Amino acid sequence: MDFIISKFNYWIYIVLMMIGFYAMISKSNLVKKLVGMNIFQTAIILFFISIGSKKGATIPIIQDSHVDAVNSALYMNPLPHVLMLTAIVVMVSTFGVAVALLIMIYRKYKTLEEDEILQILRNEKWPNTH
Amino acid sequence: MIWQLDIILLILVTACAIAAITVRDLLSSAILLGAYSFMMCLLWAEMGAVDVAFTEAAVGAGISTAFFIAAIHQTTRRTKD
Repeated sequence: MDFIISKFNYWIYIVLMMIGFYAMISKSNLVKKLVGMNIFQTAIILFFISIGSKKGATIPIIQDSHVDAVNSALYMNPLPHVLMLTAIVVMVSTFGVAVALLIMIYRKYKTLEEDEILQILRNEKWPNTH
Repeated sequence: MIWQLDIILLILVTACAIAAITVRDLLSSAILLGAYSFMMCLLWAEMGAVDVAFTEAAVGAGISTAFFIAAIHQTTRRTKD
């Protein structure tokens, strides 16, 4: 029980990652796949932020600047925060490009379902078989 | 880091994620994804990553939802799964 409670962030990170992966693989709507990718990326960011978190620590801002050495047990580790700041920006730009591609796909095929698009492509390639 | 708040927010995040991929309307999916992003932002502020929380609230919950709703407006709300 203690193993589950004390590592709860990591369990939820795995659950969210698998939810996103399931949506990317098994949903046939392209927008649902995009939502799954967003959830997947956010789960990875959750994992990295959980690494930097400490019990009994505060946010990494030093109040009195005249001290030379700080006790690092009192502050959260700011290195994963900075790395994940970049990951959020990348996530949103990926999302924007994907949404633009979805609009182009809808204008061409008039649908967003993967199986219907594949059916249309198949009919274009072999028009006599159906 | 307050562990009660942590567990409540993590359960809310999981519920929002499951709802966002199972609901059969893309506009509802967009709003639930925005709620998911905002819960994540609260979680990161609670874990001491305030800069990441700012960015997520502005960019993840704000701009992403706006893009998403604009795209649905241009295309369709219908989905099969």
